[in-house]
Amino acid sequence: MARSAAEAARTAAAAAVRESYGKLLAFLAARTRDVAASEDALAEALAAALADWPLSGVPRSPEAWLLAVARRKFIDQARRRQSAAGAGDHLRLIAEELAEAASGEAVIPDHRLALMFACAHPALDAGIRAPLMLQTILGLDAATIAAAFLISPAAMGQRLARAKSKISQAGIPFRVPERAELGERLHSVLEAIYAAFAEGWSDPAGTEIRRRDLAEEAIWLGRLVCSLLPEEPEALGLLALMLHAEARRKARRNAQGDYVPLAEQDPAQWDARLIAEAEALLFRAGAMDAIGRFQLEAAVQSAHVVRRHAGRSDWSAILRLYDALWVLTGSPVVAVNRAVALAEIEGAAAGIAALDALQSDDRLAEYQPYWAARAGLFAAAGNVAAADEAYEQAIGLEHDPAVRRFLDRRRRALRG
Amino acid sequence: MKYMLLIYSNEAAFEAAGKAQVEEIIGAYQAYTQALTKAGVIVASDRLQRSPAATTVRTADGKTKVLNGPYAETKEQLGGFYMIDVPDLDAALTWAARCPGASHGVVEVRPVWAM
Repeated sequence: MARSAAEAARTAAAAAVRESYGKLLAFLAARTRDVAASEDALAEALAAALADWPLSGVPRSPEAWLLAVARRKFIDQARRRQSAAGAGDHLRLIAEELAEAASGEAVIPDHRLALMFACAHPALDAGIRAPLMLQTILGLDAATIAAAFLISPAAMGQRLARAKSKISQAGIPFRVPERAELGERLHSVLEAIYAAFAEGWSDPAGTEIRRRDLAEEAIWLGRLVCSLLPEEPEALGLLALMLHAEARRKARRNAQGDYVPLAEQDPAQWDARLIAEAEALLFRAGAMDAIGRFQLEAAVQSAHVVRRHAGRSDWSAILRLYDALWVLTGSPVVAVNRAVALAEIEGAAAGIAALDALQSDDRLAEYQPYWAARAGLFAAAGNVAAADEAYEQAIGLEHDPAVRRFLDRRRRALRG
Repeated sequence: MKYMLLIYSNEAAFEAAGKAQVEEIIGAYQAYTQALTKAGVIVASDRLQRSPAATTVRTADGKTKVLNGPYAETKEQLGGFYMIDVPDLDAALTWAARCPGASHGVVEVRPVWAM
C-alpha cells in the first residue's frame, strides 16, 4: 500500500512538474525578478511534495499547494539573504500576492510568455537563450541540457547561472513587449525555440533519447507560444516548420540505419497527422498576411510534401520561396538551397553556376551541404573529377557517420 | 531601477567636426536632456572634459602613483553620462537608443548597485 501511494505521489508530482513547472516558476520569477531563487524555492517545494503526498494524499490543487510551499521557502531564503537590508515591506508585498494565488481560489496567472521574453532578451548572450528557456519553462536540469548541447555540465551550469544573475541585476523585465517591438523580440524567442529543436534534430537516428526529447520539448514550447499568441503568423510558421521536420524523422533512416536523403524518402513513411497539422497552421498564418522567415521555410517543406500526391516536389514554388528567403535573410545557406532548386528546374549546369557565384563567401568553405550540393550537381553534369573532389570535402566535414557512409557510397558510384 | 548611461565617443572626430556640426550635436544633447527631464527620469548628468585632461591615480604598497592621461588609451573615450531612474532594462535601453551618443559613439548601459 505504502509503496503504491508513494508511486502515485511520484507520478502526480512528475505530472505537476511537466504541466505546472514553467507556470509556477514564471509566476514566482515575475514577482521576485529572481529566477535562481525562484528555482530553488520551487525545487524545495517539489521535494516537499514527494515527502508529503504519499502520506496525506495528492492535494486537490497540486499547483496551489506547490506555490504555497514555494512561497514560504522563498521568503525564508530572502530573509536569510537580505537580513541586513530593509527589504521587509517588499517581502510582505510579495508574500501577500503569493498567498492570494496559493489560496487556490484564484487561477494562477500564466506568465510563461513573459518569462520566455526575459530568457530571449537581446541583452543576454544568444547562445544561452535556448538553454535558459528549456530550464525555466520546462524544468530540465543543467546536465540534461548540457548533454544535448554538447557542452560540459559544469560549463552549462555556469553559463545558466550567469544569465540568471544578469536578468536580476540588469533589471531585464518579465513582460510581453509592446506592439511596436513585439515582432523583433518575438523573433528572438522563436529563434531560441528553433535552436533547441535543431539540437534535438541533429541526432537523426534518434538514438540519443535526450536529444530526441529536446525536439519534442521544442515543439511543446512552439505549441505554447502559439496558444498564448495565436495571432502571430511567425509563431505559427515556426510550429509548422518543426512539425514538418518531425513528420519525416522516421523516413530519414532505412531499416539498416543508413541515411536517406529527402529526395529518396518514401512518403508513405511520413507522419500524415503531423503534416496535416503543419499545413493547417501554415494556412492560418498565411491568412494573416505578414510573411516571415519561419513561414517561408515551412512553406518550402510544404512544397516538398506535395510529392505525396504529385510524385514530385513543387520545385518552381521552392525556388520562389528561396528567392524570398534570400531577400529576407541574405543567408548563404539559403543560397545553396536555392541553387539546388534551380538545378531541378533548369538543369545541373544552372545550379553549378549559381553555386560558383557563392564561392567568394568564406562562410561556405566549411559548410558540408554546400560541398554535398556541388558534388551532386557535378555528378549529374558528368564532371567526375570535380564531383569526386567535392565529395571528399563534404565527407571530411560531416560528423554524422551515417551521412558520411551515404556520401562515400555516392562517391564510389562515380567511378562505378 | 537606476541605470548609468555611459557615453563613449571618438574625441578626435569631434575635434575635427565643423562648427555647424558641433552646434548640431550640442543641440541634440540639450533636447535629449530636456526630454529626460520632462519624463521625470533623470537623476544626474554631466559632460566630461576630454581625456587628455584626465589623471589616473593608483596606490600600491603605500605609494601613490599619479599618471597623466585616462585609464585606458582607446579610440573611444568616456565623454559624459546620464543617470536615469526607470522601471526596467527595456526602458533604459529605449532611452539609451535616443541618446545622441548612441549615433556618434556607443552608450553602455549599467545598472547601479542597489544598496
